[in-house]
Amino acid sequence: MHQIFGDHLFLSRKGMMIAQKSIKSLSLLALMFVSLAGFAQHENETHEEKAQEEEAFDATELINHHTKDSHEFHIADWNGHAISMPLPVILWTDNGLVTFMSSAFHHDEEGKVVVERNGQQFVRVHDEIYYANAEGGVTYDAEHHPTNSRPLNFSITKNVFTLFLTSAIMLLIFIPVARSYKKNDKAPKGLAGFMEPLVVFVRDDIARPNIGEKKYEKFMPYLLTVFFLIWIGNLFGLIPFFPFQGTLTNDILFTGVLATITFLITIFNGNKHYWGHIFATPGVPKWLLPIMIPVEVLGMFTKPFALMIRLFANITAGHIIILSLVSLIFIFESAAVSPISIGFSLFMYGLELLVAALQAYVFTLLSALFIGQAVEDHH
Amino acid sequence: MNITHPESLIFWSLIVFVILFVLLRKYAWKPILGAVKGREESINSALASAEEAKKEMQNLKADNEKLLKEARAEREVILKEAREVKEKMIADAKEQAQVEADKMIKQAQAAIESEKQTALAELKDQVASLSVEIAEKVVRTELSDKDKQLTLVENMLGEVTTLNN
Repeated sequence: MHQIFGDHLFLSRKGMMIAQKSIKSLSLLALMFVSLAGFAQHENETHEEKAQEEEAFDATELINHHTKDSHEFHIADWNGHAISMPLPVILWTDNGLVTFMSSAFHHDEEGKVVVERNGQQFVRVHDEIYYANAEGGVTYDAEHHPTNSRPLNFSITKNVFTLFLTSAIMLLIFIPVARSYKKNDKAPKGLAGFMEPLVVFVRDDIARPNIGEKKYEKFMPYLLTVFFLIWIGNLFGLIPFFPFQGTLTNDILFTGVLATITFLITIFNGNKHYWGHIFATPGVPKWLLPIMIPVEVLGMFTKPFALMIRLFANITAGHIIILSLVSLIFIFESAAVSPISIGFSLFMYGLELLVAALQAYVFTLLSALFIGQAVEDHH
Repeated sequence: MNITHPESLIFWSLIVFVILFVLLRKYAWKPILGAVKGREESINSALASAEEAKKEMQNLKADNEKLLKEARAEREVILKEAREVKEKMIADAKEQAQVEADKMIKQAQAAIESEKQTALAELKDQVASLSVEIAEKVVRTELSDKDKQLTLVENMLGEVTTLNN
């Protein structure tokens, strides 16, 4: 379970696609390509050591706990007991759909509590739900990974809950804003007055210059949805208490879904110039094409891949830095460290607020850029 | 990074994103973008029509000044004409008065002349009849004796002959 991440994740292959962009965009892109310091986490080697260090503070576990998805929404600890909101577990098992609340596991993550539903037994080991083996337990392999088979898991996890919450808030913000325009055809007021410049920003600074005056309108709903979903999702992750706290965008699966949607939009809207550029790159000698085509095809996939990794890594890294800074107090076991910890955390929080908006902007901008490349008319 | 049960988040992300996208597109983005666009257009057209109105105002102002100038010129002309008419009328009146006066004077003179003629004629008649009466009386007294009658005839004849010479 060695986890090393964040280390120079992306190659600088931006030159080609950004060359024609303005200096403003360039400086923003430079910011996002700054690779964040890597965090190496070292797990305890053996169980014996683990037992000895049971009492010691483990920053890795704390950070892992805060950045990973889970079946419960942990709110606080009280007298050594976790207070959390149980979330529904939805399993597609061999015998059909099984649902129960995650509280049935009683916070167990080690496969000790067996939940029996529909004549099937389930155990949970490190957030993964398995079928229990014949003895009602878990079988581990040599590397201490469970070897039990598992049902398909469609649970409403913490991140899915956060996604629901973010979506609900977006609907609650933007539908009333849209309604307000029906009553008021003069200058926008209130919430609409706050949101309209952002919408106009996405339109005039992201969609129009990158997709082009003729075609940008078709892609506006997607770009706006992505921009605000990422931004609001990022901001919710910065609010350190229930029901926010969960961060959509530090889950690589979620960023992967968004990047895949951008990719699908790109290839389904690609015109003949786009495909022509990939399979018969203009100005390239015929004998080079066997090399160029694989490179161009690879390029099609690296773009959304970079989108996925960039958003995920930036947000997760920021969270890890803040959590690490706070953990310093407990690692040094001294309150004297707290002014430094708090000072730096505060600074990071400020930076994270900026990054939250910046990453939403960058994701939307690059999506618009890729779409623009796919639909642009040949000059 | 420990990815557990990837299917749950991928499944829900796709479903929720698609639903969110459809709802927002229909109930939020289209009305908002439509309203923003409509307002931009109305602002642009308002600005354009303001510009137009400004131009029209300038035209109107120019027209007004032109009209004013024309009116002033016309007033000058009218005033001038009026003055001329007045002077002509005065001159005419004077002339007519003169003519009338001359005519009246002439009539008066003619009347005076004819009165004078009649008076003279009457006077002549009077004088003639008076003379005849006087002459009758004188003749009567003169012709009362014969001598005197003869002497007279003589005198008179003498007179006639001297007159004839």
